[in-house]
Amino acid sequence: MARAVTQQRKIINTAAAWGIGLLIFFPILWTILTSFKTEAQAIADPPIFLGFDWTLENYSVVMERSNYARFLWNSIIIAGGSTVLGIIIAVPAAWSMAFVPSKRTKDILMWMLSTKMLPAVGVLYPIYLLFIQLGLLDTKLGLVIVLMLINLPIIVWMLYTYFKEIPGEILEAARMDGATLKDEVLYVLTPMAIPGIASTLLLNVILAWNEAFWTLNLTAAKAAPLTAFIASYSSPEGLFYAKLSAASTMAIAPILILGWFSQKQLVSGLTFGAVK
Amino acid sequence: MATQHSRSAARVMMAPAVILLLGWMLIPLTMTLYFSFKKYLPLRGGDLGWVGFDNYVRFVSSSAFWPSIQTTLIIVGGVLAITVSLGVLLAILLNQPMWGQGIVRILVIAPFFVMPTVSALVWKNMFMDPNYGLLAHLWKFFGATPVEWLSQASLPSIVMIVSWQWLPFATLILLTAIQSLDSEQLEAAEMDGAPPIKRFGFIVLPHLGRAITVVILIQTIFLLAIFAEIFVTTGGAFGTKTLSYLIFQRVLESQNIGLGSAGGVYAIILANIVAIFLMRIVGKNLDA
Repeated sequence: MARAVTQQRKIINTAAAWGIGLLIFFPILWTILTSFKTEAQAIADPPIFLGFDWTLENYSVVMERSNYARFLWNSIIIAGGSTVLGIIIAVPAAWSMAFVPSKRTKDILMWMLSTKMLPAVGVLYPIYLLFIQLGLLDTKLGLVIVLMLINLPIIVWMLYTYFKEIPGEILEAARMDGATLKDEVLYVLTPMAIPGIASTLLLNVILAWNEAFWTLNLTAAKAAPLTAFIASYSSPEGLFYAKLSAASTMAIAPILILGWFSQKQLVSGLTFGAVK
Repeated sequence: MATQHSRSAARVMMAPAVILLLGWMLIPLTMTLYFSFKKYLPLRGGDLGWVGFDNYVRFVSSSAFWPSIQTTLIIVGGVLAITVSLGVLLAILLNQPMWGQGIVRILVIAPFFVMPTVSALVWKNMFMDPNYGLLAHLWKFFGATPVEWLSQASLPSIVMIVSWQWLPFATLILLTAIQSLDSEQLEAAEMDGAPPIKRFGFIVLPHLGRAITVVILIQTIFLLAIFAEIFVTTGGAFGTKTLSYLIFQRVLESQNIGLGSAGGVYAIILANIVAIFLMRIVGKNLDA
């Protein structure tokens, strides 16, 4: 009885969901399309949707004129470096909290989470001052450190959640067989933890790549990543929609692709396990 | 089970993360507190001595303070209302049987991965520009006069941009929560003749309660701190100066560190009030 109704409902659902999905995605699609237009076509009235002469010119102009490669490189170093450093520091901490829990483990986890809630603007000047004193202003190292510290609570939390799911008996068995702590971590735990570490890595690279408070306020010409490069387009001269689109497309494409792989981890990672 | 040896090893392994975060929290916080009690103008005389609570009083009595609170509330409240209500509807829709569900999911969550400066600039120029923006074309098509979005309707425009960025987050989390709903319960209600509105109100919504709370709390913490979206669209003009942005201007633009630091302390207190509620929920889950 319900067959026909469900089929009909499925068609309606599909149409509605695709319609809304495309509407939400449209600004990104429009940016990608515009990046292949000439500047004149980009502001044509009425707007041209698909029937334009596709060109790669904007990409080559952006790359040549603005030293795009350097900004990209800075983004890669800052996002990658801060995440890897964060994971190196967080793995031992999360490991010990998951496998040798004490009465205070929960308090420590909650306290770490609370440092994440500190509004950046509240400590802007102290960090700025410390950066000047330590010669870290407008350096990649400085941003690697700051973004590592910002994301460290999330990294510890995500790893802790993954490690908790590894059965403790396996570790005990290894211990019985005479494995030292080092053996345990290297040969038993690490292989089992790699999927968790990988998804932590992915999500935190995305978060660091898109971070736009410290990257805008602590960099100038030398260490500026893509967030700051794009912001420099905010007061442009002359025709620039197509070039803005090309620059934007290049800045978001890698992370859009990574992001699609990390949908699942996103939920538990960003809600600190409160929603699974 | 855990030996004395492994306990001390555990402490050593935890130490780097704990010490780093402790330093990251305490050092800047102490400095902000210190500066907030000083008249400190690096470009105009430097450290001009202790002033007690003067900065705290001046920060709240400046003419920019209450408008900034109002702006902050409108942006946070507006974005929350839009993302949570649309997020619930979208999550319900995406949970229905359909073709190409995976692809639709990808389309819907994509904006979350767009860096804030890109989404702000794309919206500002390619959609909200009064001459060349797509919305202007749309308005002209229907015979209306294009709106100068970011000056005439600056707050709704920013609410819209930020909602676009955060709708995917709300949807994704609510979708995850909805998927854990027992479908038998819904079917039973349907059999008993409960209309869709009642099924939604009495079964789906209560089930989503916790997830909605989490979405609201996490988004509030992030929304209180939005920066790039305002920085590249209006630069704080046209009534878009939030509390965070006001502090940013006091500190970096007018270099009035004492005043800005007092504002920073207010922002920290505000964020902590929200954080306490979030932590309670997360903490409860940790016990379970």
